[in-house]
Amino acid sequence: MSKILNVDQLRKTYPSGDQELTVLEDISFAVETGTTFAIVGPSGSGKTTLLGLCAGLDKPDEGRVALCGEDLTLLDEDQRALLRNREVGFIFQNFQLLPTLTALENVSLPLELRGESGAADTARTLLSKVGLADRLHHYPSQLSGGEQQRVALARAFANRPSLLFADEPTGNLDDETGSRVVELLFDLNQEAGTTLVIVTHDMDLARRCHQILKLKGGRVQV
Amino acid sequence: MDGYPQNISKVKNRASVGWLFRMAWRDGRASLRRLLLFMSSIVLGIAALVAIQHFGLTLEANISGQSRELMGADYLVDTDATPGPELLDTLAQLPGVMKREVNFASMLSFPDRSGTRLVRIRGVESGFPFYGSLVTEPAGAGMQFGASRGALVDATVMTQYALEPGDSIRIGRLTLPISGSLVDAPGNTQVSTSVAPAIWIPYPLVEATGLIQVGSRVEYNFYFQVPPGTELDAIYERWDPSLDNAQADMDLHTDTSARLGRRFNNVGRFLKLVGFIALLLGCLGIASSVHIYMREKRASIAILKCLGASRRQSMLIFLIQIAGIGLAGGLVGTLLGLGLQAVFPLLVGEFLPVTLQWGLHWEPLVLGVLLGIGMALLFGILPLLSGWFVSPLAVLRVNLKPTGISKRVTAAILLLILFVLWGVTSLLLERPLRALWFVLGLAVVFLVLTLIAWGIMRGIRKFFPTGWGFEARQGLQNLFRPNNQTLVLVLAIGIGTFLISTLYFTQDMLLARAQLEDARPTANLILLDVQPEQTEAVAGVIRPTGMEVLEDIPIVTMRLLRIKDRTVEALRADTTATLNRWILSHEFRVTYRDSLIPSEILREGEWASSYSGQGPVPISLSDNVARDAQVGVGDTLVFNVQGVPMETFVSSIREVDWGRMQLNFSVVFPPGVLEEAPRFHVITTQASDAERSARLQQALVRSFPNITVLDIRQLLGVVGDILNKISWVIRFMAFFSILTGLVVLLGAVRTSKYQRIRESVLLRTLGATGKQVLRVAALEYLFLGAIGSLLGVFLALAATELLALGVFELPFRPSWVPFGVVFPFITLLVLTIGLLNSRGVVKSPPLQVLRREGV
Repeated sequence: MSKILNVDQLRKTYPSGDQELTVLEDISFAVETGTTFAIVGPSGSGKTTLLGLCAGLDKPDEGRVALCGEDLTLLDEDQRALLRNREVGFIFQNFQLLPTLTALENVSLPLELRGESGAADTARTLLSKVGLADRLHHYPSQLSGGEQQRVALARAFANRPSLLFADEPTGNLDDETGSRVVELLFDLNQEAGTTLVIVTHDMDLARRCHQILKLKGGRVQV
Repeated sequence: MDGYPQNISKVKNRASVGWLFRMAWRDGRASLRRLLLFMSSIVLGIAALVAIQHFGLTLEANISGQSRELMGADYLVDTDATPGPELLDTLAQLPGVMKREVNFASMLSFPDRSGTRLVRIRGVESGFPFYGSLVTEPAGAGMQFGASRGALVDATVMTQYALEPGDSIRIGRLTLPISGSLVDAPGNTQVSTSVAPAIWIPYPLVEATGLIQVGSRVEYNFYFQVPPGTELDAIYERWDPSLDNAQADMDLHTDTSARLGRRFNNVGRFLKLVGFIALLLGCLGIASSVHIYMREKRASIAILKCLGASRRQSMLIFLIQIAGIGLAGGLVGTLLGLGLQAVFPLLVGEFLPVTLQWGLHWEPLVLGVLLGIGMALLFGILPLLSGWFVSPLAVLRVNLKPTGISKRVTAAILLLILFVLWGVTSLLLERPLRALWFVLGLAVVFLVLTLIAWGIMRGIRKFFPTGWGFEARQGLQNLFRPNNQTLVLVLAIGIGTFLISTLYFTQDMLLARAQLEDARPTANLILLDVQPEQTEAVAGVIRPTGMEVLEDIPIVTMRLLRIKDRTVEALRADTTATLNRWILSHEFRVTYRDSLIPSEILREGEWASSYSGQGPVPISLSDNVARDAQVGVGDTLVFNVQGVPMETFVSSIREVDWGRMQLNFSVVFPPGVLEEAPRFHVITTQASDAERSARLQQALVRSFPNITVLDIRQLLGVVGDILNKISWVIRFMAFFSILTGLVVLLGAVRTSKYQRIRESVLLRTLGATGKQVLRVAALEYLFLGAIGSLLGVFLALAATELLALGVFELPFRPSWVPFGVVFPFITLLVLTIGLLNSRGVVKSPPLQVLRREGV
């Protein structure tokens, strides 16, 4: 099986006052295409930083990240954005929907950025799949947390990504709604054959994945 | 890894330009009310500019379209010397039909009632004007003018003295009936006739007035009408040189209208600047609002970038929004400006020499729209650029601050703003160097206001009054809250107050000067054209009334024959001569005395108090004449003193304060030279009140009809009236700055509303009462209003002091109005707007507010 994500000796530091704070140190792993992968660890272990680096939202100080065969460290910000639009989907803990766009427009957005025609039709189909056919023209502020996360799910799959990053997807939801969203996530993922990388501190959720990477203090815990 | 793009750098982002516009609309529709508020910041400034620009073009088109009606002829020849044989010969050869006019200032009196009035007598041949018409009451009086012995009397004089057609008037030795009231004549404006209203009398009767004597200031005009299609420029080319030699000038109707157009253009330029300041204030509002707006859009920009939008696309979406605001502001402002210009005739009607016919001019309309877009983008670009630096990582880390715009880029953009401002100001002023000074001056005012405001803020922070009560401390602390708009509000309030206060201070200074002149124990009645043999008799009329003859100034008229080693004829013929040509044909009114007077300062050379009788006569020139004639101390000048050549040399150069209401002279001879030359006198006296002044004027006019009396008190009243009218126009334009300041204030208050709501809700949740929250807000706005307006007043004080020292050279005593009225009014206004805005937050329960505002 081919590797869709290859992380090699990653190091990331942030300035903290006059000092430098090392958030990640010597991180190396690979994710195979079509599998599910969980990154777990306590708060402050560097999970979200690692996700940001893997998705090309930030650049490492040292090391290399190859996403879909592209070395992210060699790409500029716009090229990384383009690669995300082509190959990556996202689900965030706080949903990150554009508040000024309706559900339908939020889901159409990744396709519109690709210049694809029929973006609205695809978005409509996806929103129906997540059970929001009657909420197409609602703004995020008019939707509940669970509904917003379902819109985010539909948006994440809209551009038929090769790889889906989910950052604490149930963190802002109650247990019941969270479980329903996770079921939906795994169902859609299986249906689309997408590789899934989940950042979570929920071990039950992590155990549903093929692989688990444990982080502690910015290092991989063996 | 098959199936993945192998080289992403070769893949293109395919989102179309249309998508950018769609996104701009989708995002903007949710903030439409706020965006419209941004827009309204620039609407008034653009409206003011378009209104002035469009009105100016309309006026220009009307003046140029009615140029024949303004002159009443195709061209005219004018001279202030009695026409000699050479001129009469040339006039006879000029093409077209000729009508003559003699005009001069004189006193009008009435045989059957009391009262005298300084008027301008126009002795005109019937048949003039060739173009346009005399508007008279009764209507037929104008048509029949010249056919009878009747005079046409200015309508204001008719009303002032309750005259009726058929009543008699007296001009010099001539008594004649009034045939009608003159409502309007070619080229007349209400203002131009307010000092000396016109009385039209038939040309043949001028002689009978007996007023044309030695030294009389008489203008001779010869009006011509030529067949349509005649090449006027060719006539000018052919005849102007010989007219110059005969000490006369030729003016084509187009020259007169161009000159008039230029005069209005100068006023228009000043008003455009006042309007432009309103626009700049609005732009400041835009910059501040866009800054806060873009800060709120950071999360959206991060999401867009995370989903694959490029930096350029993310920025363009908001750039399109701001350009849209600019476009809408430009369009609304332009339309408003078009409507607004209809108000101008009400404000400046008395200054207008033409009847306005409205037309549509596209330049101001294009300028309005372009200024809307251009200025919104220019002032929005710096905050817009911040979007470029928003990291997509912000989707994961909400509090992630974007990397700032580098100082080099910021400096480059600020320079660009100054450069564009200079360009636009140059376009409005049509004077690049003056525009540069204006922009630099404005930048200094902004900089000084910013620095002082910043210094005050720092001072308050450093010496924070910890002993104050909770509400006062909280109100003061709000000035430093994150996302505060203290600086922009202080700037907006400060600039608005600065403008209004400077206007007040300057106007007061000028009016105070006029009153100062009036209060001084100096002459307020000036008797002109007194013949040498009349001086004793005139003094004999003055003294019994208890008044003194303050001055008896002899005046001799003369013209220049040679300047240094060149004759005036040679200089006239020399097209490369750079001296000011008015010198060559001017009739100088010269006096002689042995000392300087208070309005003069010796600048160069030595004052000659006497003449030895040997060699050239030492004379003193005013600095403007020396400059225009291009002569210095020691240079020789030969004057033609009524037929006798007189060689002189420049012994001294004086600076003369021409603004003083007293008799000043550009050329002064020493005593002992001109005593025997044909001369006339000017006698001055002081009347303590208007009634005594009127009595003396009547007595003088009765005994000496040739004497013209200038009543300075009355003249000051007229000047004050004109000044008031002008200041009304300026205040009207400054009003736009104030209104814009209010809109900016409203925008800034609304933009920072969300921040305030959070804090208010938090305070209320913690147990603060609505009243307490309201008091905190009230104190904050009170501080803002007081700091801004007080800064504005003090800056205006400094600016006016500079004007007083550098430009007007006058003592400046500040008026209390800006301190007593403007300062509290603006402070209260800021307080009211702020409190009205906070009312909703306090009235509703905290949870309801949180839900409604989406906090």
